[in-house]
Amino acid sequence: MIRKKVDTVHEALEGIQSGMTLMLGGFGLCGIPENLIRALAESSHKDFCCISANAGVDDFGLGLLFGAQKVKKMIGSYVGENEEFERQMLAKEIEVILTPMGTLAEKCRAAQMGIPAFFTPAGYGTEVAEGKEIREFNGKNYLLEMAYASDFSLVKAWKGDESGNLIFRGTARNFNPLMCGASTITVAEVEELVPTGSLDPNQIHTPGIFVDRIFQGARYEKRIERRTVQNT
Amino acid sequence: MGLTKNQIAKRIAQELQSGYYVNLGIGIPTLVANYVPEGIEIAFQSENGILGMGPFPMPGEEDPDLINAGKQTITPQLGASYFDSSISFGMIRGKHIDLTVLGAMEVSEQGDIANWKIPEKLVKGMGGAMDLVASSDNIIVAMMHTNPKGESKLRTECTLPLTGVRCVKRIVTDLAVLDVTKEGFLIKERAKGVDIEEIKRFTQGKLIIPEEIPEIQV
Repeated sequence: MIRKKVDTVHEALEGIQSGMTLMLGGFGLCGIPENLIRALAESSHKDFCCISANAGVDDFGLGLLFGAQKVKKMIGSYVGENEEFERQMLAKEIEVILTPMGTLAEKCRAAQMGIPAFFTPAGYGTEVAEGKEIREFNGKNYLLEMAYASDFSLVKAWKGDESGNLIFRGTARNFNPLMCGASTITVAEVEELVPTGSLDPNQIHTPGIFVDRIFQGARYEKRIERRTVQNT
Repeated sequence: MGLTKNQIAKRIAQELQSGYYVNLGIGIPTLVANYVPEGIEIAFQSENGILGMGPFPMPGEEDPDLINAGKQTITPQLGASYFDSSISFGMIRGKHIDLTVLGAMEVSEQGDIANWKIPEKLVKGMGGAMDLVASSDNIIVAMMHTNPKGESKLRTECTLPLTGVRCVKRIVTDLAVLDVTKEGFLIKERAKGVDIEEIKRFTQGKLIIPEEIPEIQV
Protein backbone atom coordinates (compact mmCIF):
# COMPACT_ATOMS: atom_id res chain seq x y z
CA MET A 1 0.00 0.00 0.00
CA ILE A 2 0.97 3.61 -0.42
CA ARG A 3 2.86 4.91 2.58
CA LYS A 4 1.78 8.19 4.16
CA LYS A 5 3.71 7.99 7.40
CA VAL A 6 6.06 10.78 8.42
CA ASP A 7 8.14 10.74 11.59
CA THR A 8 7.92 14.24 12.98
CA VAL A 9 5.46 17.09 13.20
CA HIS A 10 7.95 19.27 11.30
CA GLU A 11 8.06 16.83 8.42
CA ALA A 12 4.27 16.77 8.54
CA LEU A 13 4.12 20.54 8.14
CA GLU A 14 6.70 20.82 5.37
CA GLY A 15 5.61 23.40 2.81
CA ILE A 16 3.57 25.52 5.20
CA GLN A 17 4.09 29.19 4.48
CA SER A 18 2.90 32.46 5.94
CA GLY A 19 -0.41 33.65 4.54
CA MET A 20 -1.72 30.18 3.74
CA THR A 21 -5.28 29.03 4.34
CA LEU A 22 -5.61 26.17 6.83
CA MET A 23 -8.54 23.97 7.78
CA LEU A 24 -8.35 22.74 11.36
CA GLY A 25 -10.53 19.93 12.67
CA GLY A 26 -12.19 19.88 16.06
CA PHE A 27 -15.25 21.17 17.87
CA GLY A 28 -14.31 23.28 20.85
CA LEU A 29 -11.30 21.47 22.29
CA CYS A 30 -12.65 18.07 21.26
CA GLY A 31 -10.79 16.33 18.44
CA ILE A 32 -8.28 19.11 17.75
CA PRO A 33 -4.86 18.45 16.19
CA GLU A 34 -2.92 19.41 19.33
CA ASN A 35 0.56 18.62 18.04
CA LEU A 36 0.10 20.48 14.74
CA ILE A 37 -1.35 23.53 16.49
CA ARG A 38 1.54 23.62 18.96
CA ALA A 39 4.07 23.38 16.14
CA LEU A 40 2.38 26.18 14.17
CA ALA A 41 2.23 28.44 17.23
CA GLU A 42 5.98 27.93 17.75
CA SER A 43 6.87 28.34 14.06
CA SER A 44 8.06 31.52 12.37
CA HIS A 45 5.08 31.51 9.98
CA LYS A 46 2.10 33.82 10.43
CA ASP A 47 -0.83 35.60 8.76
CA PHE A 48 -2.80 32.40 8.39
CA CYS A 49 -6.42 32.22 7.35
CA CYS A 50 -7.95 29.55 9.62
CA ILE A 51 -11.12 27.63 8.85
CA SER A 52 -12.40 25.93 11.99
CA ALA A 53 -15.70 25.65 13.85
CA ASN A 54 -14.47 27.46 16.95
CA ALA A 55 -11.57 29.62 18.14
CA GLY A 56 -10.42 27.48 21.06
CA VAL A 57 -9.93 28.96 24.53
CA ASP A 58 -7.36 31.55 25.57
CA ASP A 59 -4.52 29.16 26.34
CA PHE A 60 -5.38 26.02 24.39
CA GLY A 61 -6.53 24.76 21.04
CA LEU A 62 -6.71 27.38 18.30
CA GLY A 63 -6.28 29.93 21.08
CA LEU A 64 -2.54 29.18 20.95
CA LEU A 65 -2.46 30.56 17.39
CA PHE A 66 -4.34 33.73 18.36
CA GLY A 67 -2.14 34.16 21.43
CA ALA A 68 0.94 33.97 19.18
CA GLN A 69 -0.62 36.47 16.71
CA LYS A 70 -0.51 33.95 13.89
CA VAL A 71 -3.96 34.51 12.44
CA LYS A 72 -4.99 37.23 10.02
CA LYS A 73 -8.41 35.89 9.16
CA MET A 74 -10.71 33.46 10.94
CA ILE A 75 -13.58 31.64 9.27
CA GLY A 76 -15.61 29.98 12.02
CA SER A 77 -19.07 29.48 13.42
CA TYR A 78 -19.07 29.99 17.18
CA VAL A 79 -16.17 31.90 18.68
CA GLY A 80 -17.44 32.84 22.12
CA GLU A 81 -15.02 30.98 24.34
CA ASN A 82 -11.81 32.91 23.78
CA GLU A 83 -11.30 36.39 25.26
CA GLU A 84 -8.05 37.16 23.43
CA PHE A 85 -9.73 36.25 20.16
CA GLU A 86 -12.66 38.51 21.01
CA ARG A 87 -10.26 41.36 21.79
CA GLN A 88 -8.46 40.93 18.45
CA MET A 89 -11.80 40.73 16.64
CA LEU A 90 -13.28 43.86 18.25
CA ALA A 91 -9.98 45.74 17.72
CA LYS A 92 -10.22 44.66 14.06
CA GLU A 93 -6.76 43.09 14.24
CA ILE A 94 -8.19 39.99 12.60
CA GLU A 95 -10.86 39.62 9.97
CA VAL A 96 -13.65 37.27 11.05
CA ILE A 97 -16.24 35.55 8.89
CA LEU A 98 -18.98 33.84 10.87
CA THR A 99 -20.75 31.02 9.06
CA PRO A 100 -23.69 28.78 9.99
CA MET A 101 -22.15 25.57 11.30
CA GLY A 102 -23.89 23.26 8.86
CA THR A 103 -22.82 25.50 5.99
CA LEU A 104 -19.23 25.47 7.26
CA ALA A 105 -19.30 21.67 7.39
CA GLU A 106 -20.72 21.42 3.90
CA LYS A 107 -18.23 23.95 2.44
CA CYS A 108 -15.47 21.63 3.69
CA ARG A 109 -17.21 18.53 2.38
CA ALA A 110 -17.87 20.18 -0.99
CA ALA A 111 -14.13 20.95 -1.31
CA GLN A 112 -13.35 17.34 -0.42
CA MET A 113 -15.89 15.91 -2.84
CA GLY A 114 -15.20 18.12 -5.87
CA ILE A 115 -18.46 20.04 -5.67
CA PRO A 116 -17.83 23.75 -6.41
CA ALA A 117 -20.98 25.10 -4.75
CA PHE A 118 -24.30 24.07 -3.25
CA PHE A 119 -27.61 25.54 -2.10
CA THR A 120 -28.64 25.66 1.55
CA PRO A 121 -31.52 27.40 3.34
CA ALA A 122 -29.38 28.37 6.36
CA GLY A 123 -29.02 32.13 6.65
CA TYR A 124 -31.75 33.09 4.18
CA GLY A 125 -33.20 36.47 5.20
CA THR A 126 -30.19 37.23 7.45
CA GLU A 127 -26.92 39.13 7.02
CA VAL A 128 -25.27 35.83 6.03
CA ALA A 129 -27.20 36.03 2.74
CA GLU A 130 -25.83 39.47 1.79
CA GLY A 131 -24.25 39.38 -1.67
CA LYS A 132 -25.11 35.73 -2.27
CA GLU A 133 -27.25 34.29 -5.04
CA ILE A 134 -30.70 33.26 -3.82
CA ARG A 135 -32.70 30.64 -5.65
CA GLU A 136 -36.14 29.20 -4.99
CA PHE A 137 -36.71 25.45 -5.10
CA ASN A 138 -40.17 24.02 -4.39
CA GLY A 139 -41.33 27.29 -2.85
CA LYS A 140 -38.39 27.67 -0.43
CA ASN A 141 -35.43 30.05 -0.70
CA TYR A 142 -31.82 28.87 -0.65
CA LEU A 143 -28.40 30.54 -0.70
CA LEU A 144 -25.62 29.55 -3.06
CA GLU A 145 -22.55 28.72 -0.96
CA MET A 146 -19.12 27.98 -2.43
CA ALA A 147 -16.71 25.20 -1.50
CA TYR A 148 -13.67 26.36 0.46
CA ALA A 149 -10.26 26.60 -1.21
CA SER A 150 -7.52 25.75 1.24
CA ASP A 151 -3.79 24.91 1.32
CA PHE A 152 -3.50 22.58 4.33
CA SER A 153 -6.02 20.49 6.24
CA LEU A 154 -4.83 19.65 9.76
CA VAL A 155 -6.90 16.92 11.36
CA LYS A 156 -6.81 14.60 14.32
CA ALA A 157 -8.01 11.01 14.48
CA TRP A 158 -8.00 8.39 17.22
CA LYS A 159 -6.28 5.65 15.26
CA GLY A 160 -4.66 5.55 11.88
CA ASP A 161 -2.44 3.29 9.85
CA GLU A 162 0.64 4.03 7.79
CA SER A 163 -1.50 4.20 4.64
CA GLY A 164 -3.49 7.11 6.07
CA ASN A 165 -6.71 5.23 6.91
CA LEU A 166 -8.41 6.91 9.85
CA ILE A 167 -10.78 5.96 12.67
CA PHE A 168 -12.30 8.61 14.90
CA ARG A 169 -13.72 8.29 18.40
CA GLY A 170 -16.93 9.72 19.90
CA THR A 171 -17.75 13.32 19.13
CA ALA A 172 -14.06 13.99 18.41
CA ARG A 173 -14.97 13.07 14.84
CA ASN A 174 -16.90 16.32 14.09
CA PHE A 175 -15.22 18.28 11.24
CA ASN A 176 -12.12 16.10 10.94
CA PRO A 177 -13.34 13.64 8.27
CA LEU A 178 -14.81 16.49 6.18
CA MET A 179 -11.51 18.33 5.99
CA CYS A 180 -9.52 15.33 4.77
CA GLY A 181 -8.75 15.85 1.10
CA ALA A 182 -10.39 19.28 1.17
CA SER A 183 -7.04 21.13 0.91
CA THR A 184 -4.02 20.78 -1.33
CA ILE A 185 -2.29 18.80 1.44
CA THR A 186 -3.96 16.92 4.31
CA VAL A 187 -2.01 16.09 7.45
CA ALA A 188 -3.49 13.75 10.05
CA GLU A 189 -2.15 13.27 13.55
CA VAL A 190 -3.33 10.23 15.50
CA GLU A 191 -3.21 9.01 19.06
CA GLU A 192 -2.20 5.59 17.84
CA LEU A 193 -0.44 4.88 14.54
CA VAL A 194 -0.47 1.22 13.56
CA PRO A 195 1.13 -0.69 10.66
CA THR A 196 -0.84 -0.99 7.44
CA GLY A 197 -3.08 -4.03 7.65
CA SER A 198 -3.77 -3.73 11.39
CA LEU A 199 -7.13 -1.98 11.02
CA ASP A 200 -10.32 -3.75 9.95
CA PRO A 201 -11.28 -2.25 6.55
CA ASN A 202 -14.93 -2.37 7.68
CA GLN A 203 -14.20 0.07 10.47
CA ILE A 204 -12.33 2.78 8.53
CA HIS A 205 -14.12 6.16 8.69
CA THR A 206 -11.82 8.01 6.27
CA PRO A 207 -9.96 6.09 3.55
CA GLY A 208 -6.27 6.90 3.20
CA ILE A 209 -6.69 8.43 -0.27
CA PHE A 210 -7.89 11.62 1.46
CA VAL A 211 -4.76 11.85 3.63
CA ASP A 212 -1.28 12.86 2.42
CA ARG A 213 0.75 12.64 5.64
CA ILE A 214 0.11 10.85 8.91
CA PHE A 215 2.05 10.83 12.16
CA GLN A 216 1.75 9.71 15.72
CA GLY A 217 1.11 12.67 18.05
CA ALA A 218 3.75 13.00 20.75
CA ARG A 219 1.45 13.85 23.62
CA TYR A 220 -2.22 14.57 24.07
CA GLU A 221 -3.59 16.74 26.81
CA LYS A 222 -7.20 16.32 25.58
CA ARG A 223 -8.38 19.13 27.81
CA ILE A 224 -12.07 19.20 28.74
CA GLU A 225 -13.66 22.61 28.20
CA ARG A 226 -16.75 22.24 30.42
CA ARG A 227 -16.40 19.32 32.78
CA THR A 228 -19.97 18.52 33.79
CA VAL A 229 -21.02 15.59 35.97
CA GLN A 230 -24.16 14.30 37.62
CA ASN A 231 -24.96 15.45 41.13
CA THR A 232 -24.29 12.60 43.49
CA MET B 1 -45.19 35.68 39.53
CA GLY B 2 -44.31 33.96 36.28
CA LEU B 3 -42.65 30.63 35.63
CA THR B 4 -39.08 29.88 36.61
CA LYS B 5 -36.65 28.75 33.91
CA ASN B 6 -37.09 25.17 35.10
CA GLN B 7 -40.88 25.51 34.87
CA ILE B 8 -40.56 26.83 31.30
CA ALA B 9 -38.50 23.73 30.48
CA LYS B 10 -41.06 21.50 32.21
CA ARG B 11 -43.89 23.04 30.16
CA ILE B 12 -41.97 22.48 26.92
CA ALA B 13 -41.33 18.86 27.93
CA GLN B 14 -45.11 18.37 27.72
CA GLU B 15 -44.74 18.82 23.94
CA LEU B 16 -42.49 15.75 23.64
CA GLN B 17 -44.01 12.73 21.94
CA SER B 18 -42.74 9.19 21.83
CA GLY B 19 -40.48 8.60 18.82
CA TYR B 20 -39.31 12.21 18.61
CA TYR B 21 -35.73 13.10 17.67
CA VAL B 22 -35.09 16.36 19.50
CA ASN B 23 -32.42 19.05 19.28
CA LEU B 24 -32.10 21.28 22.35
CA GLY B 25 -30.29 24.61 22.19
CA ILE B 26 -28.09 26.08 24.91
CA GLY B 27 -29.68 27.74 27.98
CA ILE B 28 -33.26 27.05 29.10
CA PRO B 29 -33.74 24.46 26.27
CA THR B 30 -31.02 22.23 27.79
CA LEU B 31 -33.15 21.93 30.95
CA VAL B 32 -35.96 20.24 28.96
CA ALA B 33 -33.96 16.99 29.09
CA ASN B 34 -34.57 16.88 32.87
CA TYR B 35 -38.35 16.70 32.46
CA VAL B 36 -39.00 14.01 29.84
CA PRO B 37 -42.37 12.53 30.90
CA GLU B 38 -42.43 8.92 32.12
CA GLY B 39 -42.97 6.41 29.31
CA ILE B 40 -41.98 8.80 26.50
CA GLU B 41 -39.15 7.45 24.34
CA ILE B 42 -37.13 10.13 22.62
CA ALA B 43 -33.58 10.63 21.38
CA PHE B 44 -31.65 13.86 21.78
CA GLN B 45 -29.41 14.97 18.94
CA SER B 46 -26.44 17.23 19.58
CA GLU B 47 -25.18 18.88 16.41
CA ASN B 48 -21.52 18.23 17.17
CA GLY B 49 -22.16 14.61 16.28
CA ILE B 50 -24.22 12.39 18.56
CA LEU B 51 -27.72 10.99 18.33
CA GLY B 52 -28.94 9.46 21.56
CA MET B 53 -27.34 11.77 24.09
CA GLY B 54 -27.68 10.55 27.66
CA PRO B 55 -27.08 12.21 31.05
CA PHE B 56 -23.90 13.86 32.29
CA PRO B 57 -21.27 11.32 33.40
CA MET B 58 -20.68 10.26 36.99
CA PRO B 59 -17.67 12.01 38.56
CA GLY B 60 -14.48 10.35 37.34
CA GLU B 61 -16.10 9.00 34.18
CA GLU B 62 -15.78 12.11 32.03
CA ASP B 63 -14.47 11.40 28.52
CA PRO B 64 -12.82 14.28 26.61
CA ASP B 65 -13.98 12.68 23.33
CA LEU B 66 -17.64 12.89 24.39
CA ILE B 67 -19.17 16.33 24.62
CA ASN B 68 -22.39 18.10 23.64
CA ALA B 69 -22.79 21.27 21.56
CA GLY B 70 -22.34 23.31 24.75
CA LYS B 71 -18.93 21.61 25.21
CA GLN B 72 -20.12 19.81 28.37
CA THR B 73 -19.11 16.21 29.04
CA ILE B 74 -21.92 13.73 28.32
CA THR B 75 -22.64 10.02 28.06
CA PRO B 76 -24.30 8.07 25.24
CA GLN B 77 -27.72 6.45 25.66
CA LEU B 78 -28.03 2.79 24.71
CA GLY B 79 -28.37 2.76 20.92
CA ALA B 80 -26.53 6.04 20.42
CA SER B 81 -24.49 6.81 17.31
CA TYR B 82 -21.65 9.21 16.45
CA PHE B 83 -21.14 10.92 13.10
CA ASP B 84 -19.41 13.83 11.42
CA SER B 85 -20.74 17.39 11.27
CA SER B 86 -21.95 17.09 7.68
CA ILE B 87 -24.16 14.12 8.52
CA SER B 88 -25.29 15.88 11.67
CA PHE B 89 -26.48 18.93 9.77
CA GLY B 90 -27.88 16.64 7.10
CA MET B 91 -30.20 15.30 9.80
CA ILE B 92 -31.22 18.88 10.52
CA ARG B 93 -31.39 20.21 6.94
CA GLY B 94 -33.12 17.04 5.77
CA LYS B 95 -35.91 17.60 8.32
CA HIS B 96 -35.25 14.38 10.21
CA ILE B 97 -35.39 16.19 13.56
CA ASP B 98 -38.95 16.30 14.95
CA LEU B 99 -38.58 19.11 17.46
CA THR B 100 -36.11 21.95 17.92
CA VAL B 101 -36.07 23.99 21.12
CA LEU B 102 -34.08 27.22 21.06
CA GLY B 103 -33.50 30.26 23.21
CA ALA B 104 -34.00 33.72 21.68
CA MET B 105 -33.26 37.37 22.25
CA GLU B 106 -36.29 38.44 20.17
CA VAL B 107 -39.14 36.86 18.22
CA SER B 108 -41.32 38.81 15.79
CA GLU B 109 -45.04 38.34 15.28
CA GLN B 110 -44.22 36.80 11.86
CA GLY B 111 -42.08 34.17 13.58
CA ASP B 112 -38.70 35.73 12.78
CA ILE B 113 -36.06 34.96 15.39
CA ALA B 114 -32.96 36.85 16.55
CA ASN B 115 -30.68 34.94 18.90
CA TRP B 116 -27.07 35.22 17.81
CA LYS B 117 -25.72 38.74 17.80
CA ILE B 118 -25.91 42.12 19.51
CA PRO B 119 -23.91 44.42 17.22
CA GLU B 120 -20.72 45.76 18.86
CA LYS B 121 -21.51 43.91 22.10
CA LEU B 122 -22.02 40.19 21.67
CA VAL B 123 -20.53 38.70 18.54
CA LYS B 124 -19.95 35.06 19.37
CA GLY B 125 -21.38 33.55 16.20
CA MET B 126 -24.50 31.65 15.22
CA GLY B 127 -23.16 28.11 15.60
CA GLY B 128 -25.85 25.75 14.36
CA ALA B 129 -28.77 28.07 15.07
CA MET B 130 -29.23 29.34 11.49
CA ASP B 131 -29.21 25.79 10.10
CA LEU B 132 -31.73 24.68 12.71
CA VAL B 133 -34.21 27.51 12.20
CA ALA B 134 -33.97 27.36 8.40
CA SER B 135 -34.93 23.71 8.23
CA SER B 136 -37.02 22.72 11.25
CA ASP B 137 -40.78 22.61 10.86
CA ASN B 138 -41.39 22.39 14.58
CA ILE B 139 -39.53 25.10 16.49
CA ILE B 140 -40.36 26.08 20.05
CA VAL B 141 -38.65 29.08 21.58
CA ALA B 142 -37.93 29.03 25.30
CA MET B 143 -37.20 32.47 26.73
CA MET B 144 -38.09 35.09 29.30
CA HIS B 145 -40.83 37.45 28.12
CA THR B 146 -38.60 40.52 28.59
CA ASN B 147 -34.87 41.20 28.36
CA PRO B 148 -32.79 42.23 31.40
CA LYS B 149 -33.68 45.88 30.66
CA GLY B 150 -37.37 45.00 30.96
CA GLU B 151 -38.05 45.41 27.22
CA SER B 152 -40.40 43.04 25.42
CA LYS B 153 -38.76 40.20 23.47
CA LEU B 154 -42.00 39.58 21.52
CA ARG B 155 -42.02 42.27 18.89
CA THR B 156 -43.70 43.52 15.72
CA GLU B 157 -40.27 43.29 14.07
CA CYS B 158 -36.98 42.08 15.51
CA THR B 159 -34.54 44.92 16.19
CA LEU B 160 -31.47 42.64 16.40
CA PRO B 161 -29.80 40.82 13.47
CA LEU B 162 -31.97 37.89 12.42
CA THR B 163 -31.13 34.22 12.75
CA GLY B 164 -34.01 33.13 10.53
CA VAL B 165 -37.29 34.30 9.08
CA ARG B 166 -40.86 33.05 9.59
CA CYS B 167 -39.86 29.90 11.39
CA VAL B 168 -40.95 30.01 15.04
CA LYS B 169 -44.26 28.25 15.72
CA ARG B 170 -44.60 28.40 19.49
CA ILE B 171 -43.07 30.42 22.31
CA VAL B 172 -43.00 29.49 25.98
CA THR B 173 -42.06 32.38 28.28
CA ASP B 174 -42.25 32.96 32.01
CA LEU B 175 -45.65 34.61 31.45
CA ALA B 176 -47.41 32.62 28.74
CA VAL B 177 -47.51 30.03 25.98
CA LEU B 178 -48.08 31.78 22.65
CA ASP B 179 -48.46 30.55 19.08
CA VAL B 180 -47.24 32.57 16.11
CA THR B 181 -50.24 33.05 13.79
CA LYS B 182 -50.89 35.16 10.71
CA GLU B 183 -52.76 37.63 12.91
CA GLY B 184 -50.13 37.89 15.66
CA PHE B 185 -49.12 36.21 18.93
CA LEU B 186 -52.05 34.06 20.05
CA ILE B 187 -52.09 33.49 23.81
CA LYS B 188 -52.71 29.79 24.41
CA GLU B 189 -51.97 29.55 28.12
CA ARG B 190 -50.93 31.94 30.88
CA ALA B 191 -48.75 31.33 33.92
CA LYS B 192 -50.53 30.91 37.22
CA GLY B 193 -51.14 34.28 38.85
CA VAL B 194 -50.33 36.24 35.70
CA ASP B 195 -53.18 38.29 34.31
CA ILE B 196 -53.75 39.33 30.71
CA GLU B 197 -52.91 42.96 31.45
CA GLU B 198 -49.42 41.93 32.48
CA ILE B 199 -48.91 39.90 29.28
CA LYS B 200 -50.19 42.87 27.25
CA ARG B 201 -47.89 45.27 29.04
CA PHE B 202 -44.81 43.18 28.27
CA THR B 203 -45.66 42.27 24.66
CA GLN B 204 -44.67 44.87 22.09
CA GLY B 205 -45.99 42.87 19.10
CA LYS B 206 -49.63 42.26 18.26
CA LEU B 207 -51.49 39.96 20.65
CA ILE B 208 -54.55 37.85 19.97
CA ILE B 209 -56.44 37.32 23.21
CA PRO B 210 -59.05 34.56 23.24
CA GLU B 211 -61.88 34.67 25.76
CA GLU B 212 -60.76 31.57 27.61
CA ILE B 213 -57.07 31.25 28.47
CA PRO B 214 -56.20 28.24 30.61
CA GLU B 215 -53.39 28.29 33.15
CA ILE B 216 -50.10 26.55 32.36
CA GLN B 217 -49.98 23.26 34.26
CA VAL B 218 -46.48 22.52 35.53
